[in-house]
Amino acid sequence: MNGLEDLPAWAALLVAFLLLLGSGLTLLGTIGLVRFKSFYERVHAPTLGTTGGAGAILIASMVCFSVLQSRLVLHELLITAFVTVTTPVTLMLLARAAIYRDRTEKADSVASLVGDRGINDGEHTARG
Amino acid sequence: MSTTILLWSITASQLMLVAAMACAAYRILAGPRAQDRVLGVDALYVCGMLLILTFGIRNGSTIYFEAALVIALLGFVSTAALAKFLMRGEVIE
Repeated sequence: MNGLEDLPAWAALLVAFLLLLGSGLTLLGTIGLVRFKSFYERVHAPTLGTTGGAGAILIASMVCFSVLQSRLVLHELLITAFVTVTTPVTLMLLARAAIYRDRTEKADSVASLVGDRGINDGEHTARG
Repeated sequence: MSTTILLWSITASQLMLVAAMACAAYRILAGPRAQDRVLGVDALYVCGMLLILTFGIRNGSTIYFEAALVIALLGFVSTAALAKFLMRGEVIE
């Protein structure tokens, strides 16, 4: 391998530990994605991978390249910022879309007297 | 000695990340509804990004970092667009 022999022992062991920790957390999150029953339980599982797993692997990459190039390498903070900031936003958007779809489906199947617009159709029922 | 441990742990973590991608792909293929599939895509791109980062550590080069950055950005945009599509039925109104 090119360059990995120059890594001192403490850095190599630290990088190895962080890599195993991060990939294990990511695997745990996706196993939860497979095993949980309903969508609202499954929404929470991948956050384990995106916070814990991505954080540990990015710290491992930072340590490895900082020691190899003997200067501070902090590019990975960009990925950390993007992933950590955007994941809650996307999961909240997705959960809201799922709630909206479930509500409209239930309104369609249960109460067709409300009209085909679905929920929040107050004036329609008042008129009818 | 420590280099051997490092190489083996890189291999093990790559295998675990591939298994995680397989779990996410199962959720994409078998997800009962559309939002489950979008959630699977979200988990899949994060796992792929981490796999590319481990390839970068294995080869000791920083070129892989740019690919991971592009995947992180485009993955967020795609998941947000798909969630908006599920909500409203169209992306750009």
